[in-house]
Amino acid sequence: MSPYVPILVLAAIAAAFAVFSIGAGALAGPKRYNRAKLDAYECGIEPTPQAAGGGRFPIKYYLVAMLFIVFDIESVFLIPFAVAFDRLGLFALIEMVLFIATVFVAYAYVWRRGGLEWD
Amino acid sequence: MTALDVVFALFASTAAAGALLAVTSRHVVHAALWLVLALGSLAGVYLVLAAEVVALVQVLVYVGAVVVLVLFALMLTRAPIGVRADLDAAPGRRRVAAVAGLATSALIGGTLLAAIGSTAEVPAGDGTASALGSATFTGWVLPFELLSVLLLAALVAAIAISRGRDADTPGLDDLAPGGTADRADPGAGSAAPAPAAAPAPATPAAPSRAVGPDGTS
Amino acid sequence: MSLLAQGVLAAENPVADFGNDNGWVVFGKALFIFVFLVLLTLLTIWGERRVVARMQSRPGPNRVGPFGLIQGLADGVKLALKEDVIPKAVDKLVFVLAPIISAITCFVAFSVIPFGPAARIPFTDIVTPLQLTDLPVAVLFVLAVAAVGVYGIVLAGWSSGSTYPLLGGLRSSAQVISYEIAMGLALISVFLYAGSMSTSSIVAAQEHGVVREIFGLDLTMPAWFAVQLPVAFVIYVIAMVGETNRAPFDLPEAEGELVGGFHTEYSSLKFALFFLAEYINMITVSAIATTLFLGGWRAPWPLSAIGGGMLNEGWWPMLWFIGKLLGFIFFFIWLRGTLPRLRYDQFMRFGWKVLIPVALVWIVAVACWRAANSATIAADGTTRIVLIAVGIALLFAIFGALITGIDRADRRDAARHETPPDEVDPFAGGFPVPPLPGQRLIRSNGIGNGRDDDARRPALAAAGEADEEVHGG
Repeated sequence: MSPYVPILVLAAIAAAFAVFSIGAGALAGPKRYNRAKLDAYECGIEPTPQAAGGGRFPIKYYLVAMLFIVFDIESVFLIPFAVAFDRLGLFALIEMVLFIATVFVAYAYVWRRGGLEWD
Repeated sequence: MTALDVVFALFASTAAAGALLAVTSRHVVHAALWLVLALGSLAGVYLVLAAEVVALVQVLVYVGAVVVLVLFALMLTRAPIGVRADLDAAPGRRRVAAVAGLATSALIGGTLLAAIGSTAEVPAGDGTASALGSATFTGWVLPFELLSVLLLAALVAAIAISRGRDADTPGLDDLAPGGTADRADPGAGSAAPAPAAAPAPATPAAPSRAVGPDGTS
Repeated sequence: MSLLAQGVLAAENPVADFGNDNGWVVFGKALFIFVFLVLLTLLTIWGERRVVARMQSRPGPNRVGPFGLIQGLADGVKLALKEDVIPKAVDKLVFVLAPIISAITCFVAFSVIPFGPAARIPFTDIVTPLQLTDLPVAVLFVLAVAAVGVYGIVLAGWSSGSTYPLLGGLRSSAQVISYEIAMGLALISVFLYAGSMSTSSIVAAQEHGVVREIFGLDLTMPAWFAVQLPVAFVIYVIAMVGETNRAPFDLPEAEGELVGGFHTEYSSLKFALFFLAEYINMITVSAIATTLFLGGWRAPWPLSAIGGGMLNEGWWPMLWFIGKLLGFIFFFIWLRGTLPRLRYDQFMRFGWKVLIPVALVWIVAVACWRAANSATIAADGTTRIVLIAVGIALLFAIFGALITGIDRADRRDAARHETPPDEVDPFAGGFPVPPLPGQRLIRSNGIGNGRDDDARRPALAAAGEADEEVHGG
């Protein structure tokens, strides 16, 4: 049996539980219509007409996601390196240090340009 | 036809359907979600082909990082819920995209046609982490080191997009919508469609600048 | 090639043998994990409220059942009987999908956690590992599942069509992905030492202490990776708290700023699913920490020597595993009862400027050290000495940079707080500002409180046009 089958079984149990909960919640709870209840919750003041359209968000989030991708790719390459390390030899270690150093240069650049500051 | 073949066909057709829905959906966030489906099914395809590490890396990087970046970019610019009518790109860009798509399809299709008739076993053990590690660090040294330079370029471009060209130039978040039209970098000429999209006043700043001043992103 | 591939596979593959599992065994184990996680969540919620209450000198829930034990269940039933509000601005399909994604991913990540070695199921002849399944890439699988789990947060925030959830979702997902990197990097040195990503192999790799010859002395290194790789362990523990959005990193739920965060618009059992997912994620990261750093289900040292390893066989290991797991959960609760919440900029600065660079340098240092001790890599003495020197230099670099960094941050803070003026006009900026300790108020809101006009004059002049509003109000 594939080792992935048990994962699917657990996922199926969890999915059944989640769908059942949502269905049960919708059935068991009371339903009392109230226009104010269906408004977006903003502590009692009139809701902003268009949630996020008007005010856009700090571009910093974009930078965080970009940094995340870069470091994610780096760690993805570190994983086979780490697992195979004992069979690889000195040359691979030097290669990996070069790789990390290059990405570190980019990281230092982002740091210098204030890309890691949140204000 | 073995059970694996059935699973493979299932994943492959889900990936194709997800990709189709991603490009036809008129709702940007839904399009991104269809993209998640397509990329996730692709991970399933890799898994059936016994490339476990690649499959999980596909989930980790594409589903977990790239589409999250796309979603962030959408939320930064056009988060409103609902269908948008102005999603279609300019005709010039569509033509370029069509040519690129057809070329890729021809390439992959040609490879498949050439492979018809030949049968090959899925080699066991080639998809493990240590096999990948051995291959990467012996046979693929140059691409691996070049990749680090690519990552460096990507980060520099991201800084350029988010900070403006100088530290004292206001970043994108300080610009009014459409404000990039007069700031469009002449160097972006290599990516022809970018200036075409920039002047539209309804287009927020990020998509037009996303091509990047040095064309790296 | 095939021989080589088999050798590679043998080293990397799981130690546990699942050959005897039939469909019923698999279903039973999956159901056990599900029930275990739900029950442990209820217990954790109860424990958290009781422990935090004790830390704050109040009784905590003590009405429902003995010691208030059934309080969690009562809360769940209450949530089920509440109205399931779907606000009109939401994107309905995604709004319903988000809690389902959160719930499924949090359960699935637990499928590769080993509870113990092979044991006989009571009343049958079936011997099976106390673990649902294991993969050669098990830990990578957990990381991938965590990456998919981010969608629950992003989509819940976006689909609510409301400002606070959107902000909370964005913030929360930025937080999770930032600390996911540090977490993944912390685990890499474990893979380096264990030579595998399979959880059962990693536990097996922590069985025996490693005898190392250091400067002529034979030293037995303890087997737990927490001891062998202390920096990685510390980074992992910090990152796991950030990853699960728990105090002191619970910024997405900063109620003063964002109401409830990404699940503000959720009610009834949809909310309960998010709540459940948060606690199960906490249990999962604790289980990973136990498995990868604290020897997993293996009995701690003095116990492991009893009866020739008797306590490492059969069903005993489950006790040690759950004990270590509960230790981590108590640590989470302790943190929540002790530490104040960080500001978002402090949090991001810490993650990106401290955890990630330290983790990267640590990996290089560990790799150098490991290479120096490997007969195949460091064949001659010079290479060995160079590698050791580089490794130690990098370690010193980590600590040096940390110490100077802390020092500089202290000085910057000191400079920022230098000499607050003696007097403060609370309305000078157009909105009320509370005075700092030791400062004297020189003007009150509109109505004079006996202070003479001369003292007010300069403040009025300085305040400029903002004054008009103050007088109007």
